[in-house]
Amino acid sequence: MSFMTKTGTLRTALMAGVATAAMAFTSVPTDAETLRWARVGDALTLDPHSQNEGPTHTLNHHIYETLVGRAVDGTLTPRLATDWYIHDEDDTVWVFEIREGVTFHEGQELTAHDVVFSLDRARTPPSGMAALHAAVEEVTAVDDYTVHVRLAGPAPLYVQNLTNTFVMSREWAEEHGTETAPNFAAGEEAYSVRNTNGTGPYMLVEREAEERTVLRVFEGHWDDAPQVTEIIYTPISEAATRVSALLSGEVDIVQDVPVQDIARLEQTDGVSVVRGPENRNIFFSYDMTSETLASTNVDDNPFAHPEIREAMALALDRDAIRQVVMRGESQPSAAPLPPFVNGWTEEMHAYDAPDIERASELVSGIYPNGFSVDLHCPNDRYLNDEAICQALVGMLGRIGMNVNLVSQTRSLHFPLIENWETDFYLLGWGVPTFDSQYVFDFLVHTREGAYGAFNGTRYSNAELDAMIQSLATETDLEARDATIAAIWDQVMEDRIFLNVHNQMLAYAMRDGINLDVHPENQPRMTSVTFD
Amino acid sequence: MAETDPTIDTSQIKPRSRLYRMWDSDIAYSFRTSPVAMLAGLVSVIIIAAAVLAPWLAPYNPYDPGQLNLMDGFTPPMEPNQFTGNVYWLGADNQGRDVFSTILYGARISLFVGFMAVLFAMTLGITLGLIAGWRGGWLDSLLMRVADVQLSFPSILIALLIFGVARGFIPPAYRETMAIWVLIVAIGLSDWVQYARVVRGATMVEKSKEYVQAARVIGSHPVKILVRHILPNVMGPVLVIATIGLALAIIAEATLSFLGVGVPPTQPSLGTLIRIGQGFLFSGEWWILLFPSVTLLALALSVNLLGDWLRDALNPRLR
Amino acid sequence: MIAFIIRRLLQSLIVMLAVALVSFSLFRFVGDPIASMVGQEATLAEREALRQQLGLNDPFVMQFLGFIGRAIQGDFGISYRLQQPVMELILSRLPATLELALISGFFAFVFGVAFGVYTALNRRGWLSNSIMTLSLIGVSLPTFLIGVLLIWVFAVELQWLPSFGRGETVWIGDWWRTGLLTHSGRVSLILPAITLGLYQMTLIMRLVRAEMLEVLRADYIKFARARGLSNRAVNFGHALKNTMVPVITITGLQLGSIIAFAIITETVFQWPGVGALFIRSVQFVDVPVMAAYLMLIALIFVVINLIVDLLYYVVDPRLRVDRASARH
Repeated sequence: MSFMTKTGTLRTALMAGVATAAMAFTSVPTDAETLRWARVGDALTLDPHSQNEGPTHTLNHHIYETLVGRAVDGTLTPRLATDWYIHDEDDTVWVFEIREGVTFHEGQELTAHDVVFSLDRARTPPSGMAALHAAVEEVTAVDDYTVHVRLAGPAPLYVQNLTNTFVMSREWAEEHGTETAPNFAAGEEAYSVRNTNGTGPYMLVEREAEERTVLRVFEGHWDDAPQVTEIIYTPISEAATRVSALLSGEVDIVQDVPVQDIARLEQTDGVSVVRGPENRNIFFSYDMTSETLASTNVDDNPFAHPEIREAMALALDRDAIRQVVMRGESQPSAAPLPPFVNGWTEEMHAYDAPDIERASELVSGIYPNGFSVDLHCPNDRYLNDEAICQALVGMLGRIGMNVNLVSQTRSLHFPLIENWETDFYLLGWGVPTFDSQYVFDFLVHTREGAYGAFNGTRYSNAELDAMIQSLATETDLEARDATIAAIWDQVMEDRIFLNVHNQMLAYAMRDGINLDVHPENQPRMTSVTFD
Repeated sequence: MAETDPTIDTSQIKPRSRLYRMWDSDIAYSFRTSPVAMLAGLVSVIIIAAAVLAPWLAPYNPYDPGQLNLMDGFTPPMEPNQFTGNVYWLGADNQGRDVFSTILYGARISLFVGFMAVLFAMTLGITLGLIAGWRGGWLDSLLMRVADVQLSFPSILIALLIFGVARGFIPPAYRETMAIWVLIVAIGLSDWVQYARVVRGATMVEKSKEYVQAARVIGSHPVKILVRHILPNVMGPVLVIATIGLALAIIAEATLSFLGVGVPPTQPSLGTLIRIGQGFLFSGEWWILLFPSVTLLALALSVNLLGDWLRDALNPRLR
Repeated sequence: MIAFIIRRLLQSLIVMLAVALVSFSLFRFVGDPIASMVGQEATLAEREALRQQLGLNDPFVMQFLGFIGRAIQGDFGISYRLQQPVMELILSRLPATLELALISGFFAFVFGVAFGVYTALNRRGWLSNSIMTLSLIGVSLPTFLIGVLLIWVFAVELQWLPSFGRGETVWIGDWWRTGLLTHSGRVSLILPAITLGLYQMTLIMRLVRAEMLEVLRADYIKFARARGLSNRAVNFGHALKNTMVPVITITGLQLGSIIAFAIITETVFQWPGVGALFIRSVQFVDVPVMAAYLMLIALIFVVINLIVDLLYYVVDPRLRVDRASARH
């Protein structure tokens, strides 16, 4: 049995004999082409449009395909669309040229009609993808391999919204009665939740939700055959168990590695770790608008004072958090924006060294006895989220702010922001479109209609709102970038966000496996190579 | 003078002398002759005393965030920190807290939660068990069905419920102090059924025995019969449950922390420390997990051993 | 006897209803399911629409009656999280939990009774004292830590046993997927079963010991000895038999708690049972799954209680009189 020698975590020859006898049955045999892949959570569904959620997309990317793909450097790559551009005569229309000779797993030929069907399905509630296609007015097939998408106005960046919108077979969907995304309230399971028919490089062989999903390579795929021919995907929710499974050789790749275990894994024979920045920033934010706060012991709103916001920025020791809490696995930054997102600049990124003395003076200048406030924090959403909050509590404690930490599970935390029930909170934000507009739409714009859903600051600036809205339809990219820069200037000046860092990702794997970190944490096993 | 004094004396001394006799002759003798009990007693007393005296014994106050320096994080025991040069006997944890001080403060919280939860569960369980077993009939059925409902809920869910309700009722300013009481109620409430079931079962058996029937015939008050005759008879199994129960309550608090409910992470209990330390099992910072675990182990083990001994010593038939 | 069973069944029905009511009323405190169900791009209006569609804005009584109405027909709805029928999800996970619970319960009982009897009969032996002390270590550390430590020693360092999952499974019929018939399934069971059963074993052992010690000093045992019965006959024929009433009570109750406490073990070992399903559902506020799980646990408890009461009835004839008199 070859698995022991492959893992290289072997102790003594004697032990190996015993171990092999015991383990021979517990691990699936690994010929070079089977990859056992573990991460913290499972895909929620295999339906391609139901959930706009990372792990769901990650698995579905192996079964289904999108029109355009996202490379590990963040750029767009052709996938089912070979080319895409704004229509010469009408700047509200995007044109997609569809790849020819593509077949679904069950043999249907891919045509523009499947693409039209899929985009319509994705933009119709109860699809979870609808918000990304809210501006779409009509999708039409011009011929068998050309699709026109008409939008409400010019939308120069619409194509960026398509990297997680999968294409399914219209014929198959109609045959199985899943013309729309599954409806939770309908009380019946949709066929597409556990059955798939994509054009992707792998076919579904077996699935037990949260236990095991097996994918096998699709021989009829249009692209080069991947080296991995079989994927066994097992979610393992406990961090210690997940790392153990890799150390004991029961899995080949672990996607969600706790930061504190990276160093140990790197030192372990037979295991290697790759890391890279994730498209996600971790920051604190606060109600800086209301007259009074519910959780403070002073009569006004401390966060409404620019001095207090400045003091907090001066108290936050980002390097210490990086060094101790994140074990060096983060990119501290003052801007709530990952570096590869359009609108990011060097100046925004730069942050001041902490100055406790000055910060204390700023606080005591307004509140001689300091003040107290509640901080809300999730404890199961981001890397070491609770520990980051705890560290901030200590840092603010030194400048006269008595912060009471309330950390809880994500399903309790996020509604607080959504319902404006928190004065001070931690939030992480990814930018799937790789453009600043996405940040402004959700976090900066006044909360109204489709805007400001995660604007927990109650910040409202009519001038900025108008500028933000203009971004959607501005086709002159240079002018658009200038507007983005102007908005950022104002946002940074008003200190709407107290940004901590950009999160880093780490994948740990058996030696001999090569895989790059994907900025959206959506690794593709097609890109795995073996030494 | 000479006439009033004896009455005062008898009323004060009689109970005291009974206590005195009990402690002096039986229990103390048994304690003196059991090395295990003496060792367990010593360890318990040391840990409990250290916990109670934590604010005076601990070199730092780990609950004061203003005293912490994050850069002290992960300082190994007895070694200077590479950035700050600070030295901690048992090292520092991931937030730069002195592990020794944190254990003292944490043990304080854990012991308080444990004692109060057991007291709560025991009082509730014994009372309801006696009533159910004695009265029988519809009241028994009702109480036991309530027990069924109660048992159907995993303690985690009871805790979630109580936490949720508490969040609604308790003003933010008091939440930190209330978190402990919420835990006590949550753990106590999920534990009373055991006492009730055992007491009820034993009461039903004892009730049909001749001496109880005789007492009833004489016209003794039911409460008197229950307390004087039946309660002593069920104290054996109740003590078994209670001793394990104390350790269990402390551990239940740790488990709830593992599931994300419990005391605030800025004021960790022993269990919370273990939950946090568990994350560093593979990364080499063994002291964050080891020292709190050993403390909990020593505490739970000695309390249990003490309970074993106490049970044997209290039971006249085992002497 | 039949009247007794019918009465108990009626009571059980009320218990189930009460469980449904209590669990249903506490879901609102667990969190907001909508936050977990929609992506971060969803607008406030879309969230509200979904809330409306799921009936989460309906009055509590309406939601509850609707739930009961559907539950009676065996319809617990669709999981908010995994989009599969709840009934099917739970039934597909149940075998994993039952196998784990029964195996660990069985070993806890066998070892608990054996150790309990041994330590009672040899009260002052060094082996007895060692067993008593060692068994306490198992209950003096939190379950999750014991689980993680076992994984560390036996999976990572020694590499003797698997660290997670259920191994290879085999279908028996359409509804039962067992791990007991494959080697990998059996070795996968070892660490979780130890983790789960340790506490129960200690409890049973201590209880058996305590009861044995009591009974061994009872007069009828002394008479039995005086009559010249062999030690074996006295110890096992009389003493052990008479310790069984409280032991059966506790063991019966423990079987239920084993299933409930499997939550922790299943989480640590990624054991694909109902406990892990439940805790994930709590995090996601998957109300349909939580409700169905609690009903299931309630059902198991009710059945176990019924059996325990019947056993009481069989083991201790005195209780029959009591039952009869209780009926007035």
